[in-house]
Amino acid sequence: MMEIVVLGAMLLAGAMCAARAVIGPTAPDRVVAIDALVAISISAMVFLGFYYNAQIYLDVALVYAMLSFIGSIAVAKYLEREDVGA
Amino acid sequence: MIEIAGMALLAIGAACSLIGSIGLLRFPDVYTRLHANTVIVVGGAITSIIGTSVLGGLGSFTLKALLIALFMFITAPVTSHAIARAAHRSGVRLWEKSVVDKLKEAEG
Repeated sequence: MMEIVVLGAMLLAGAMCAARAVIGPTAPDRVVAIDALVAISISAMVFLGFYYNAQIYLDVALVYAMLSFIGSIAVAKYLEREDVGA
Repeated sequence: MIEIAGMALLAIGAACSLIGSIGLLRFPDVYTRLHANTVIVVGGAITSIIGTSVLGGLGSFTLKALLIALFMFITAPVTSHAIARAAHRSGVRLWEKSVVDKLKEAEG
């Protein structure tokens, strides 16, 4: 019962973040929305790893967090200077 | 006892995720939406990861989960700062009812 409530709340929150990512008028809006979506899905992954008693979910979540951080920083740098390098 | 604590942390995290998502949909511009993003990451995700690791008990699962929480705790402010700065530099407007823009004043 508790699992359904927690995962349902996370799913609803993720759907709202995805809606903002679709309608967001500027590029930073979309970056913020996708960052929040990734955070919610990481917490859902950790909870699923606990529920199924499988540690592979945690490895995926850690790599997902790192990739999300690098992606957000790269997009921010691109928006600032229109140039990813240097 | 410790299961009740873990479930309470999980419930708080899920509720914070929902509240932050509503804020992300309803707030008027990027800079206020970053505030809702912080509620989702720190209040929602990190709290529910800590709740899950409390439920999991001592072991390698808890260690990895806390490592993920620590990583998110370190990187969330960096990401928010970078996005806010990039949005301001690339000319995203503030909401028309905003009262102060310190970065614009500092840059002249």
